[in-house]
Amino acid sequence: MMSSRTVRRFTSAAYITLFFTYLFLPLLFMGIVAFNRSSIPQVTPWEGFTLKWFRHLYADDQLWPALQNSFVVGGAVVAIAVPIGLAGALFLTRLHFRARDVCYALLVSPILTPGIILGISTFLFWDRWFHVSGGLWTAVIGQATFISAYCMLLIMARLQRFDRTQEEAAFDLGGTHLQVFLKITLPFLRPALVSSAVLAFMQSFENYNTTLFAIGFQQTLPIYIGTKLRVFISPAMNALAVIFITLTVAGAVLYEYCRVREGRLKFMRSKKTDAPRHSDPHRRLPSGRPAARRHA
Amino acid sequence: MVRLWREGLRAFGPIGWAYVVAALGVWLLFMILVPQLIMIDFSLRPLLPLRELGGPKDVWTLKNYGQLLANGLHRTIFLKTIWSSIVVTLAALVICYPISFHLAKVARAAPRRWLMIGLIIPYWINELLRLFAWQLILADRGLFNHLLMQLGVIAEPVNFRAGNGAVILGMAYAYVLFMIFPLYNAMESLDRHQLEAARDLGASRARIHRDIVIPHAKPGIAVGCIMTFMLAAGSIAAPQLLGSPSSFWFTEIIYTNFETANWNQGAAYATVLAGLCLAFVFLMLKVFRLRLEELAQ
Repeated sequence: MMSSRTVRRFTSAAYITLFFTYLFLPLLFMGIVAFNRSSIPQVTPWEGFTLKWFRHLYADDQLWPALQNSFVVGGAVVAIAVPIGLAGALFLTRLHFRARDVCYALLVSPILTPGIILGISTFLFWDRWFHVSGGLWTAVIGQATFISAYCMLLIMARLQRFDRTQEEAAFDLGGTHLQVFLKITLPFLRPALVSSAVLAFMQSFENYNTTLFAIGFQQTLPIYIGTKLRVFISPAMNALAVIFITLTVAGAVLYEYCRVREGRLKFMRSKKTDAPRHSDPHRRLPSGRPAARRHA
Repeated sequence: MVRLWREGLRAFGPIGWAYVVAALGVWLLFMILVPQLIMIDFSLRPLLPLRELGGPKDVWTLKNYGQLLANGLHRTIFLKTIWSSIVVTLAALVICYPISFHLAKVARAAPRRWLMIGLIIPYWINELLRLFAWQLILADRGLFNHLLMQLGVIAEPVNFRAGNGAVILGMAYAYVLFMIFPLYNAMESLDRHQLEAARDLGASRARIHRDIVIPHAKPGIAVGCIMTFMLAAGSIAAPQLLGSPSSFWFTEIIYTNFETANWNQGAAYATVLAGLCLAFVFLMLKVFRLRLEELAQ
């Protein structure tokens, strides 16, 4: 008879396997279809291996301008959202005032608003106030509205762990606000700024809802995909999916590899410098006397 | 206000404070608040030909909102969107709760990292492509029909996309990740010793979850539900790709309004949708007895 612990382990392992099958099987299936010669996207009947859908995708003259637009929009969103997010994070972590919670709720609200609403309101606002009709610019602004909030949250999380005494010391030594910010605060925030820039670009690159309503007659990559999938389905979209999946998996593995390596380097460095100081009571001071005796 | 200004000047210096005020001002006014107000203004005005704009007929009216009550089809679709989104939210919660708990409190560090990467990979693949995968599976000549026909369960292909089922299934697939991460974050901060203490005192597993895990994870559950509901109710990709004419979604009505250049009607329905999501936030706060600030942790 199995113990209840074994049963529990077995059920949780089974559930996790089932869950990840549910996550990945559709993607795997979609990927396999890209290599089937059949012109309807399907696995069966298998009509033979081919790479022609990748060629079809490459030859599509709508794909390249859409991809280019996606890069332009993504770059612009990073350039707008990261500085705004930084300002929001500084404002909310450094100042104490009564309406802080209201301010916080207002600044985070774009994340909790459906994307299409942000697209619609940006589109209507620019049309009425500036007579700018929907295009790449309104798409950038619509996306930046909520992506700034993500950047703000990321930067805030790091800013809250900041040791303020460092800044105070710099001020005491006569540093100006700008010097202190550039030499101390900014270097400390760099990892958060880099990751918020990456996040902002990726959020922009895959955004559909907001963009659809804000962009007018232009196309970014998701709009192109959406139009293709609604009008005429070709396995070329499967080829595109294979490219997407490959890039994502490669990115994730690379990221993990870098993290593990960085962690190992840090560990080794800490072993060299810190470890003996705490673990070895017989460690000798430079003068040659055992360290422990000092306290005796 | 004056005190805040002085404190800002002291904390950031004149240049830094100017940057913070300018960036936040642009964001708050020109990206968040005024666009919403303009949208509401549009929603309160009737659709008029260009030369009558600003004329005597261009006055505020609730006509566009009345349309939602007057048009039976729109009303039905609106109500269906609400309950379907609730179904998606509940399904995501049920599916994700065990996984999040396992990741946060059961799994060891090394497998957890790989499981997390396994969650992040589909998260970064375009939503449209993830829905497209289900389009292929549920198609007339797709995987499900093929399998069922091979097994002899059915003789003719079933049209899985006829009702709302396909859209709900696709959403539950596409948005589970937005439920997992808030749940995981909330559960991770739970002290493992509390669970062990409860177990030593003889509490059943159901009791441990009811009395310890769920109360602790409340903010995470609320955030996950709010995100999933908002994504489902505001989704346009899933109904566009997986729906059929019989499973029209509220967002699709809004889209049609903009396609036919009836911005005023579209703005009214968009405002209703925004109001619905706001109401859901407050419902969740009420259900879980939370304050707004507690969501942020």
